[in-house]
Order: sequence, then C-alpha cells, then structure tokens
Amino acid sequence: MKINDIPVIDTDVLVIGGGTAGPMAAVTAKEQDPSLRVILLEKANVKRSGAISMGMDGLNNAVVPGHATPEQYVKEITIANDGVVHQPALMAYATRSFPMIEKLDSWGVHFQKDETGDYDMKKVHHLGTYVLPMPEGHNVKKILYRRLRRNRVEIENRFTATRLLKDPDGNIAGMIGVNTRTAEPIIIRAKAVIMATGAAGRIGLPTSGYLFGTYENPANNGDGHAMAYHAGADLANLECFQVNPLLKDYNGPACAYVTGPLGGFTANAFGERFIECDYWSGQMMLEFFKELESGTGPVFLKLDHLAEETIQEIETVLHTNERPTRGRFHDGRDVNYRERMVEMHISEIGFCSGHSASGVWTDETGATTVPGLYCAGDMASVAHNYMLGAFVYGQICGESAVEFAKSRSEPKLDEDFIIKELKRIQAPMNRADGIPPEQMEYKVRRLVNDYLQPPKVTKKMEIGLERILAVREDVPLLCARDPHELLRAMEVQSIIDCAEMAARASLYRTESRWGLYHYRVDYPDQDDSEWFYHSRLFMNEKGEMDHGKRPIADYLVPLGDEKDAYQKMRVQKAANA
Amino acid sequence: MPIANHHSSVPVIVDEDKCIADKGCTVCIDVCPLDVLWINEETGKAHMKYDECWYCMPCEADCPTDAVTVNIPYLLR
Repeated sequence: MKINDIPVIDTDVLVIGGGTAGPMAAVTAKEQDPSLRVILLEKANVKRSGAISMGMDGLNNAVVPGHATPEQYVKEITIANDGVVHQPALMAYATRSFPMIEKLDSWGVHFQKDETGDYDMKKVHHLGTYVLPMPEGHNVKKILYRRLRRNRVEIENRFTATRLLKDPDGNIAGMIGVNTRTAEPIIIRAKAVIMATGAAGRIGLPTSGYLFGTYENPANNGDGHAMAYHAGADLANLECFQVNPLLKDYNGPACAYVTGPLGGFTANAFGERFIECDYWSGQMMLEFFKELESGTGPVFLKLDHLAEETIQEIETVLHTNERPTRGRFHDGRDVNYRERMVEMHISEIGFCSGHSASGVWTDETGATTVPGLYCAGDMASVAHNYMLGAFVYGQICGESAVEFAKSRSEPKLDEDFIIKELKRIQAPMNRADGIPPEQMEYKVRRLVNDYLQPPKVTKKMEIGLERILAVREDVPLLCARDPHELLRAMEVQSIIDCAEMAARASLYRTESRWGLYHYRVDYPDQDDSEWFYHSRLFMNEKGEMDHGKRPIADYLVPLGDEKDAYQKMRVQKAANA
Repeated sequence: MPIANHHSSVPVIVDEDKCIADKGCTVCIDVCPLDVLWINEETGKAHMKYDECWYCMPCEADCPTDAVTVNIPYLLR
C-alpha cells in the first residue's frame, strides 16, 4: 500500500521511543512471540537515547523482599502523592519490581550488594527503604541494546513520530512521522502501539537561560503527550508538575539518593538541615521553595562535613554516571565539595510521572483510553515510577500489546488524515522566511516560566494561557531551513500543546495539592470534598481541550495512621532549642 | 519576515588531527541524542553544527580516538 507515493510499513507492534521503557517493551513483545514483527522507532539513536543515555546511579523505588513489601511501597507512594494515585497500577509495579531487578541482574546490570551478596538497600524515603545504588550503572543502555539485537527487534533510528493513526472504530492503527536528517515521511500501520517518549521536559526555561540545559534530556519535549492528546487519549493530573531540586545553573540532580545515605543533606545558608527527608515529593519541594525565598536561603547541598573517603566515593558516582559533566561544571567555578556547600535551585516545570504523577492516563495493564495504545515510562501516569517503573511498565505494555495485536486483523487507515498530516509536516520547509523554531520555542517557554511556574496564581495563569494561544496563532509562520530545523519545528508544536495543557490543567483544579507542584496561592488549601479525583484532560467532540474528573479506584492498601506523614516535612525545633 | 544569523560559541570541540570521520567514522554523530554533530563538508571531520547540547557526554565517551571534548555551555559556566 502507498499513500502519496509513500510506502506503508506494516508491523504487529510498534514501539515509539527507544530510551528505557521502549526497549524493554520491544524485547518483551518479541519474547512473548518471536514470530511477531516489532519495530522500535527512535528520534535519536537507541544506543544512547533517552533519560539514561549515560546510565543511572541507582534505583529509587526498588521493592526488595526482606526490606519492604509491595503493600508498604503502595502506601508510601499514595501518601507522598496526597492520595491521588491509581493504586492498582502502583501495586502492579510493586509486585513486579523485584522480578525485574533479578531479570536486569541476569542481563548483566550491576546493583550494589553487601558482603553477604544481598542487595545493599538504603533508606531515603520518609517511611520505608527503597533505594538500591548501582555505582556501575553506566552500561545500562549497552545491555539493553544487546537484548534488542538478540531478540531481532527492528530499529528505526532518527525518525520522529508526529501523529498517531486510528481506524474508523477508534482503535489505534499506527503512526506517521518524519526522518530528522532527510525530512522523508514515514507511515507505519500497526496493530498495537506502545508509546515511551519520556517526560515533557522542554516546556519551561532553565534558570541558565540555555534552551537545552533542561533537567530532562531535551529530546523528551512532550511529543508523546501531544500525540496522545490529538489521538483522543485522556491525560491525567497534568497540573501535578514536576519541579526538582537541582544544582544552581547545572541540570544535575542534587542527588539525595546518592549523598543522603552517605551523610550529605540539603541545608540552608547556615548549613542547617530544614527538611526531615530529602526524598523528592511535592511537600519536600514546597519547604525547599520556602527556604529558598526566605532570609535563611538560598539552599545548598552540604557535603563539606564528610570524610575524605566518603567525598571521593560521592565524586566517583556523581561524576561518572547519569550527568557526568557535573565535575567539569564544578571545576569551572572552582567548587570543591570538601571546602564549601554547593548552591542549589529548583528546576523548570515539566510533566514527568517518574518523579510526580502526571501523564497519559495508564491503567495497571499499561492501557490508555485509546484501544490498542499503551504507554510506559515517564509519559505514563503511574506515580513515582522512575527507571525501574519504566522497565516494569515497558514489560507490562509489551505483554498487553502482543495480546491486543494478536486479536485483530490489519487496521484500516484514514488516508485523508494522513494527507493532511503530511502537509503539516512539510509546511515549515516550504516557507522561505518566517519564524525560526528556536525563536518560537524560546518565546513559549519563557511564557511558561513567567506565568505557570508555581506558586500558581489564577489571573497570571489566565494571562499566560492567552499569550500561549497567541504563539499558537504564529505556527503557520514556522520556517525550517533544513531537516534538523524541521525536527525542531515539529517539536515546538508539541511544546505549545504541552504549555497549553499545563495552563488549562492548572486552572481546572481549584485547590492546592502535591506541595509545590500544584500550589495555588488563591486556593491555598487541599479540598478533598471537591478534588479527591484524578483530573482528566482530553479533546472533546468539538476538538476543544476539555476537562473532567476520574474517580479514584478503591484503595488496595489502607493508609492508616501514617496518612499525613508527608505533611510534616519541616524539621521541628525543640521548644528549648 | 527576513531572518538573520547569529553566532554562538558551542560546547563540543573536535580535535581535527585526531578525528577520523573523513575515514568513515560516525560514532559521535550516531550517538548524539540531539543530532547536533555533523560532518563539516569542508574538512570531512565531525563538528558541532547546532548549539543545542545537553553536555551528556556519549560523543566524548564513545569516540574511538579521544578526539571529542564536551565543555559546559558558556551560559552555564
């Protein structure tokens, strides 16, 4: 079959995104049934793409027998998210977490073990013990790549997906995209699609002002969120922004997970501890933000009290894994962990379920609200999922997608929709002048910072939305001189979609929840009577962005006495102190 | 609307004496997640064509001849 002279590629399962969850999903699909055709499409190159291109220094949410139970984990994450979670999805993760660690271990991923050979678990969370260091975690991507080759997954590098396709019955039917080096379009018809396109991490502007100095890998710009929206999928709790504590001007995490178990901590300007727990939660971030803005701010990572051997251990981990240019950043400013505290700040906003709870609505089978479309990793709505959650949900989606693909025949494609989308893809390169994508991107991201960065204020957000919609009016002026700029021109359109979603979702929930993530100054209280729901964002029949409430599924694990534990983040001083 | 070019100092430096891109090597170009390293058509060597860097290091770590250095972008330094 050809559409506009473009051959249509047929596959059983299509995976979009080759970072962490995507390769696991693709490998799982082939493990389920090697006779199926599985294509993995990646905007960059699978060898070094996604959030863990240089590896990862630890598991933040390992549920290891003898240290924690799935029930304890589900309870802790529910409490850390102020109750708004889909517990069945958390439980599916928690019960499959340990088998996944063992699978990765058998593939050659090294986790830290103690002298008896047990996993060397560390306590970082407020209540339980879930952190497993992996100081040799720099080779994760290589191991995944080997598995992809061994299982004969077909890899298409340097293609970005731009829209999902559906059949006349509303089931998923594939995708359309474009090559980032040649601008050649690609049409893939698929019986099931798994999206794993990562966080929407390029919505806000980092404090450095450098467009690509984002916390998330900037390739994770929210394409998946935008595509899911345009395909009619539900997105959930988008107002629960990701805001993380980072080093000032450098987009590496301050790494409570690495430094905390070794004695490092987050301090104010006087070197005093002000939060009980360095685990990243909205409540912790709110205390961080208050300290940052207070007379005892700004905030620092304190390591200068530690022994030389400990500091060397920290340097080895932080300067070789995940964000290895960190050492160079410190050298350039003459910062030495031994001599002084390191200034910290908060990140730009983003959508990332890895650290918060927002994303494309995903249930415990990895299914979205579009039949045949599955989501895994940072873009799916399963709270606090991190890298191990990406692997587990990659696996779950791989299984679910295979089952769906086997139950159906070849999907029917909507040719008119495809021809329209081809025109949208080709438009920026057909313009000789206009607005370059970089300028439009800077403008919309600057607006996001000015109007949407928490603390959120209703009137400011309304103005922000109006300004973002005005940028959207300029999209027909986008021009690209080469295929690379075309990639950026397609990305900026997803960024505008995400910025609009961020504004509208934040305006919809008229309460404060999740600490700083959705701190609305003019609705300062949590209102469980009105808002103990997942908020929905979706495209309605008129093609407009609309909202609704999704009831919270019955809890599998009751919260008991600890339900307010995350509300007590600030260090309490003794009365006689 | 007419468009101007503006200059910027880029973070990734390629040592042209060590780079073997002209002999067919494309390792750094392949691994860049943002696709900002390209062959310089005048020299045949790799260079940073777009100032869109995450300073993530695969280009430097994977280069077979140690020709690539990743610096911190000027705005962050």
